Amino acid sequence: MLTIDRLTLQLPYYPRWWRREWATCIESLSLHLQPGEVHAVVGASGAGKSLLAYAIMGLLPQAARVAGELRFQGEDLTPARQRQLRGHQLALIPQSLNALDPLARSQHQVRWAAQRAGFGRSAAHQRADELLSRYQLSHASTHYPHELSGGMARRVLIAMAQVSNARLVIADEPSVGLDPKQRDRVLAALKAIALEGKAVMLITHDLRHALTIADRVSVIRQGQALETAPAQAFQGQGEQLMSCYARTLWQALPDNAFSTHPFHPTHQEPALA
Amino acid sequence: MLETHQLSFHFAAGTPLLADISLRLAPGEWLGISGDSGSGKSTLGKLLSGQLTPSQGSVQVDGSPLPTRGLRPVQWLPQSPELAVNPRWRVGKILREAWTPPDTLMAAFGIEDEWLKRFPSALSGGELQRVCVLRALAPGVRYVVADEISTMLDPITQLSLWQALKAHTEHYQLGVIVISHDTALLNRLCHQQWHLAGGSLRISSTALKAP
Repeated sequence: MLTIDRLTLQLPYYPRWWRREWATCIESLSLHLQPGEVHAVVGASGAGKSLLAYAIMGLLPQAARVAGELRFQGEDLTPARQRQLRGHQLALIPQSLNALDPLARSQHQVRWAAQRAGFGRSAAHQRADELLSRYQLSHASTHYPHELSGGMARRVLIAMAQVSNARLVIADEPSVGLDPKQRDRVLAALKAIALEGKAVMLITHDLRHALTIADRVSVIRQGQALETAPAQAFQGQGEQLMSCYARTLWQALPDNAFSTHPFHPTHQEPALA
Repeated sequence: MLETHQLSFHFAAGTPLLADISLRLAPGEWLGISGDSGSGKSTLGKLLSGQLTPSQGSVQVDGSPLPTRGLRPVQWLPQSPELAVNPRWRVGKILREAWTPPDTLMAAFGIEDEWLKRFPSALSGGELQRVCVLRALAPGVRYVVADEISTMLDPITQLSLWQALKAHTEHYQLGVIVISHDTALLNRLCHQQWHLAGGSLRISSTALKAP
């Protein structure tokens, strides 16, 4: 559905007032997303995960230099096509809850998203109500963002992304700052989207919980995709993982070795023991 | 010894958020607190560190109440370091607000000299979090309350932060209170664990196992 082929992205910065230099944020990154799958993109902060989402959505700053190819459903994603598909076929669940209009009730946020996606007035109302009840937000439909909990606000954003029946949903750190119950609900909502035959790109640093819903996982480091592995490869000591970084990431989890030297023979015991 | 005796707190009169909380933490010990959102975990952390004043009961360090001025013996580390620093100060000034950490500790926490000249906005969340943790470890600090300090970090950064803190607190016998949703993390780190529900602490595992 979405093919990213050797995407390179550079952003300008200014070390002196009048000197411009380019920082390479994404380097020769290739990914392929299939319909019906949750594809997790995992990496440390600053690895370029969010920029990847912006590149797909066409939300990069104008000065950015982009090379490589982006194809969506077989056709090139040009800036014009991105503008046209954004909110219709491509949807982004942004990282920040500030993306909600602070002065609008949740039902209006979703209705407006539906109207922007081309629904008529009454159809938009109906669609919004349907989605709000699907995400257990009916009782909160007249709440303003500041009256919503983190998990509820996140689900409003998911409902807005879902309203247009987008074929590709990109969720940028959707589970950050949520308690386990809320987080599981949000992740279940994303999984349900994928089960409808859509593609979900789950951008996160939370490898452990991404694995609960992901079909495949791409590990990104410093703008490069180190490897794409099936979620089942993350088990045991991580023997099935190709890159050392992915194995280290896996072993660093508290439920695993909780250590960065898992393969060293003298480190049989967890480092903190 | 950090002690609370029948600590209670309410924001609105009549609806106590926390009631009758009594806990003890010895120097060098790690205590984990888990609980749902809104159960009062962070409020308890702020009470223990003197950021909030309890409605009833008191918090005592070695038998004396928390001082109201000067360096607090119980330091609070919030979840978002961006909100805990002055954005107009350079990182060097922020780090040395209470003390000047030795180079060995800077290395242990992975803090690079080059960061010190930057402003906080030019550091990533994980980098700034490490600066804030080290800032809080001044001599005179006896306990640290770590309120979800690693949730926004990737596993490797998370691990290196905890390893550095563990080594330091073991050496200087600092007590640590870890507030987190992540029970796997608490199992790894803490000697005793409490679960906060309905305004009071329930023991989930108090077996004093060596973590």
